[in-house]
Formats: sequence, structure tokens, C-alpha cells
Amino acid sequence: MGLLDQKLGQGGIIITKFEDLINWARLSSMWPMSFGTACCAIEFMSTAGTPYDLDRLGIIPRASPRQSDVMIVAGTVTFKMADRVRRLYEQMAEPRYVISMGSCSNCGGPYWEHGYHVVKGVDRIIPVDVYVPGCPPRPEALIGGLLKLQEKIKGESIVAPKAIENLLAKTDA
Amino acid sequence: MANEVQYIFDNQNLQKSEPQKFNPEDLKREEMIINIGPQHPSTHGVLRLEVITSGEEIVDVVPHLGYLHRCFEKHAESLPYNQTLPFVDRMDYLAAMNSEHAFVMGVERMLGIENTIDKRVEYIRVVVAELNRLASHFIALGTYAMDIGAITPFPWMLRDREHILRLLEWASGARMLYNYIWVGGLFYDLPVGFEERCLEFCQYIKPKLKEFEELVLQNKIFVDRTANVGVLPVGLAINYGITGPMLRGSGLKFDLRKVDAYSVYPEIDFDIPVGKGEMGAIGDCWDRTWVRMEECHQSVKIIEQCLTKLTGEHKRTRDFDPRATVPKKIRPKAQDFYVRAENPKGETGFFFRADGRSDIPYRCKARGASFVNLSVLGELSKGGLIADMIAILGSIDIVLGEVDR
Amino acid sequence: MKFEEIISNLTSKFGEEFIVALHENASPKCIEINANGLVEAMQYLHGTEKLYFDSLSCITGLDNGVEAGTMEVIYNLYSIPYGHHLMIKVKLGREQPTVDSLTSIWKTADWQEREVFDLYGVHFENHPDLRRILLPADWEGFPLRKDYEHQTYYRGIKVAE
Repeated sequence: MGLLDQKLGQGGIIITKFEDLINWARLSSMWPMSFGTACCAIEFMSTAGTPYDLDRLGIIPRASPRQSDVMIVAGTVTFKMADRVRRLYEQMAEPRYVISMGSCSNCGGPYWEHGYHVVKGVDRIIPVDVYVPGCPPRPEALIGGLLKLQEKIKGESIVAPKAIENLLAKTDA
Repeated sequence: MANEVQYIFDNQNLQKSEPQKFNPEDLKREEMIINIGPQHPSTHGVLRLEVITSGEEIVDVVPHLGYLHRCFEKHAESLPYNQTLPFVDRMDYLAAMNSEHAFVMGVERMLGIENTIDKRVEYIRVVVAELNRLASHFIALGTYAMDIGAITPFPWMLRDREHILRLLEWASGARMLYNYIWVGGLFYDLPVGFEERCLEFCQYIKPKLKEFEELVLQNKIFVDRTANVGVLPVGLAINYGITGPMLRGSGLKFDLRKVDAYSVYPEIDFDIPVGKGEMGAIGDCWDRTWVRMEECHQSVKIIEQCLTKLTGEHKRTRDFDPRATVPKKIRPKAQDFYVRAENPKGETGFFFRADGRSDIPYRCKARGASFVNLSVLGELSKGGLIADMIAILGSIDIVLGEVDR
Repeated sequence: MKFEEIISNLTSKFGEEFIVALHENASPKCIEINANGLVEAMQYLHGTEKLYFDSLSCITGLDNGVEAGTMEVIYNLYSIPYGHHLMIKVKLGREQPTVDSLTSIWKTADWQEREVFDLYGVHFENHPDLRRILLPADWEGFPLRKDYEHQTYYRGIKVAE
């Protein structure tokens, strides 16, 4: 960051790829939806609270799905909740990312065997980008997950050459 | 390995899985339905409220539960007693130690070994349970202040709660869900130096509690928002089966730690704070919050007394084994058994039916304090404003894991 | 008040045959009564001055399995001023289990009975609002019955695994 300030401060010019700039902007202000379902939500609160301070990463929990970029599924997803999780996901604007926090939302966790009302993995309802293991994960683990997601965003490309090539191949044939 | 998305989307799914109780066409002209939750910051989790309003005034509130129904009772009747304990933790995840204590006490009494447990074990149990009660009340007070509109108390309380979590993590290895209190004993003895650190924490927290009291409870805005709001008379509270700080806020001196005198609580000197109606009528939201605040002071007092015992009369010895009385096979005689204990939210009860043949209970029912306490919400909110309903809901202090189990 | 006194009170009021069985090894001690007289008995226990069971702590549903063919509903009562406990039990048939609701006496019975209905399918007569409380409205079956088998799919998602 220091380099950037210096250059901009002197009225300097930065030459970069537009893609990198967009990705940099996206990953430095990920706003998660404050959406806690169970125990993990309390750890999410701890992470956002004073001792771990998510704000320094540019991560500020938002209450509305329309304003948020990341959905942190913090806790067990039940079948009754499944419809709502899906609805909230649909309400988020693109680009949107999902972090599955905790064993329950990764795979059902301790409720795997006898939990008739627990969805065995939130990835059966919505696509997930990063899985954070733990029951509940420590705040450090969640921050690790968020950094992992930042890495993922860093490597993203607006124009996906592969996809266009595939599409072209399809139209040609 | 990630799964494929299997969900079949349909626009009517929401209505099918949890239909509204009221039909918009049956309402009067000026009435409307406002849906709050399940994803709403002030519902403290995944609670959905169907609110019928006439202008700003509330006509009816219908809570919809079950968004976190994790089948505790199915697990309890499929797993042995000692393996159910982690699920007990996950029921009331803010006060795992207290729920564990209740469950373990029930199983021990069924086995008839409650008198063989070492006194040191019992004192340690009380220390960790009271620490957890503090942590739970901190969240309750912090989030309540946030519901009312004050942001500052919440980070303050999280900061202080973190100290407790560090202490409990040191003892048990986990931050929130401990599985520390075992049937017949403990997971481990307290780590060396815990008593001193815990005492330091007690010294640290006392002025902080005072500070919080001055910041929030005496605050004019807070008083205006909570005094005379959601007044709950004692008779109604008992009829609704309400327990814990809510019942005490209504002015009844009823605390299971005193009434049932379980564990080592009879040997400890502490008071039961009851609502006095300092700022308004007895049993309003302010009284309930005040009772929680006072209980924090009492908990600190209990911890200090226990620590004196743990460093004096029942101090650490080389041959102390916290697992000495842990039974090899937990197989109670055939019986029905109901046990209850004081959780930060109220009376946590477990009903067991043991069949006498296996180490798996035939039936285990959990009576969640939050579940019962929440049922009064509709009655209290009627006739008030929407903002008051949020204040009332916050003062009930629910934890959804225990409501839905 | 002692357990024996409560029994003698009940028998003098409702007659000997009213009490089906006593379970002394239960804690608190348990009286099994006829399901028909449940509401009157509870009204008596709640309203009589010396008994005064003002708090209904817990309602438990219980399934004895297909072979026994019975279900039970267990009520845990507690009297706050006198400090005595009591467990009341009623036995119901497994096909169409029906029992009267206690919502007219204790408001707390409302949600607790709804929970028993949700998980066991026990029907409570005269209940003001008997809907599923925990499970989705379109869920099939009553999960805590001993012969329960969960549906394979819900919304296209596999329920198990």
C-alpha cells in the first residue's frame, strides 16, 4: 500500500492492467452479509469484533444481501432454511462469492448421521468458493478463509478466454 | 470434494415450507403484514417474525421457529450418554458449560454416583459454568444495546468476553463448545496457573462492569427505550413457564441455584438480584437487563469464592484425577428422570427415560429455556410499537440453538 | 406436600379408578392417569390451594414403539410457592393419538404441545393453533416416532448423505 500512496501522492501515474485494478478493488472491500445461522455466527461476531478486527481487511458486515459481495454461511443449514439461503443468494448482486464456514455447512458436520433436518453441505443449495473447516472455526481460520478468497479473486479474469473459445467452437460446428 | 447443486428452485418454496399464519385478504384495511427475519440482525439468529401492524402499532406477532432445528432429541436417543454431550454444547452455544452441567448432573443422579464426585471437580465445574454465564450475559447485554441503537457496548463486551474464552480454551482446548464436563468427572484438571489468571480476570472485570453500567444502564436514551416497555407481570410469567433473568426481572426471587441447591452452590454465598422497577414498572425491559447486569457481579463473586477453595481447601494435588469417578459403562437403571438447572437464559431441563438395558437413553427430551421464554413475545408486544418489539425481543435474550434444538 | 398426600387428594376427588398406575422409581414421582380426565385433573392440581402446581415445566412426548402400540405424553409440574414436583403421565393409542390440550390452564402448553405434535403427531384437542412448529409444513412424517423413515429427497436434495 505504501508504494501506491507514494506514487499517487506525487501526482504519479500507475500503469496496470484494468483487470488487475478491478480485482484489486474487489478484493480490498469485500462486504460479507451478516448472515449467521448457528454457533459459527458467534465466532463470526468475534472475528468482526474488537479482538480480531475484520475492518482492517476492508471487510464490513452488511445487513442486506443487495449490498454485500460475500455470503458467509456461518452455521448449520437446515431444510427449512434452505429455501431462504437460496433466496438470499439470488438477491445478491454479481459478482458474488460464498464462504462456507464450519463443518455443518461444509458437509453436515456432527449432524451427518442422525440429523434428518440438516442439509449435508450448503454446496447442495448454492455454489461455494471457500470452505473453512472447524466446529466452530477459530476467528483466525475464518480470516484465513477470507484471505484465500482474496487470492481467488486476484486470479480472476473478466474476459474468460476459454469460455469464448468454447463458444466459438460451438457456433462454428 | 464439492457437491453439485441439487436444489430445485421454485417460487412457491418459501410459502410451502413455512406458510404465513395470516392471510393478507382477511386483514382490516389499515393492517398489513411485515415479515422480519429469518435473516435479520436483530432477531439474534434465524428467527422469523410475522408482524401484523396497524400503522406503527402492533396487532399481533407470530414467531416462526425451526430454521435451526438440528434434531437434538434424535441424536440423544441414538448415541450413548457421553457421546451426546457435544450435542448438548451445541444446543445453547453461548453457555455450553451450563447445559453440560445440567445434563451431566442428570445422568450422574440416574446412576446414583452424584455423591462420589470429588469436591474439587464440583468446584471446577462451578467456576467454568459461572465463567460461561458471564460470557453469555456479555453477549446478551452487548447485542441488546446494539438492538437499541448503541454500537459501542457491543465491541466492549466482545473484548471482555474474549478474555473468558481464552481462559476456557486454556482449560478445555476449545473456544466455544467445550465438552469439558464429563459424566462423573472432568476432561482434565485445570491447567497450572489457571486459578491466578482467573483471579486476575476477576479483578480486571469488576471496574469494566461498572463502566458498562454507567455507559448503558444509566444512559437516558437507553432508559427511555426500555423503561415501561414490555412489562411482564409475575402471574403471567409463571403461566407462560418463564424462568431465569426474565422471571427475576418481574420481581420473583426464584433461582434454581438456590432453590434446588445443586452442586456446591449451597456452600457459596451469593445474592439473587430481582427487578425492583427502578426506572419504571416492575418487569419491564430495563429491569430484565439490570438483573443480567447484577448477575454478572454475582457470578464474579461466586468465581472468587470457588477460587479460594480451589487454592486452599481443595487445592491441586499430584494424585488428583478428574477422571477417577468417570464410569466405564454408563448404564442407569430403568427409570424416568427429570433434571433441571439454572442456565443463563433460565431453566434448562432434561427428561430421560432409561430402559436399563443399554447405555443409550430410550428418550431424552430437552426443555430449552429460550424456547419457553420466547413464547411470551406475542403477548408482550401487542399494542406496542415496532421498535418496542425489537427492544422486547432483545430483552428476552434468546439463543436460537436452544429454541429450535 | 408428600406424594402420598397428593394421591389421596386426587383419589378423594376423582375416585380410585382414576389413577391408572403409580411409578415410584421415577424422579419426580409419577402418576399415570386416564387421558379422558386430564384437563379436570390438571385444573384441580393447578387451582387447589394446598397443591397449587402453578408451573408446567415440560411436556414430553414418547413413543413406545410399534409392538407396544402406545404413546405417552408426560407432564412435569412444579409448584413455586410450595416447592413440590410431580410427574403426570397419560398413555395413548398409537393410531391417532389424541389428548386434550392444556392451553386453557397454562399458556406455556401452547408451544410445547405444538412441538409434541410436530415430532410425534399427537393431536391435541381444543388447541388454538395446532401447526408444525419446528419442521417445514410440507415435511412428511413424524421424526421421533420409532418407526420413522425420512423421505429420500426434499426439494431435490438428498436428505441422508
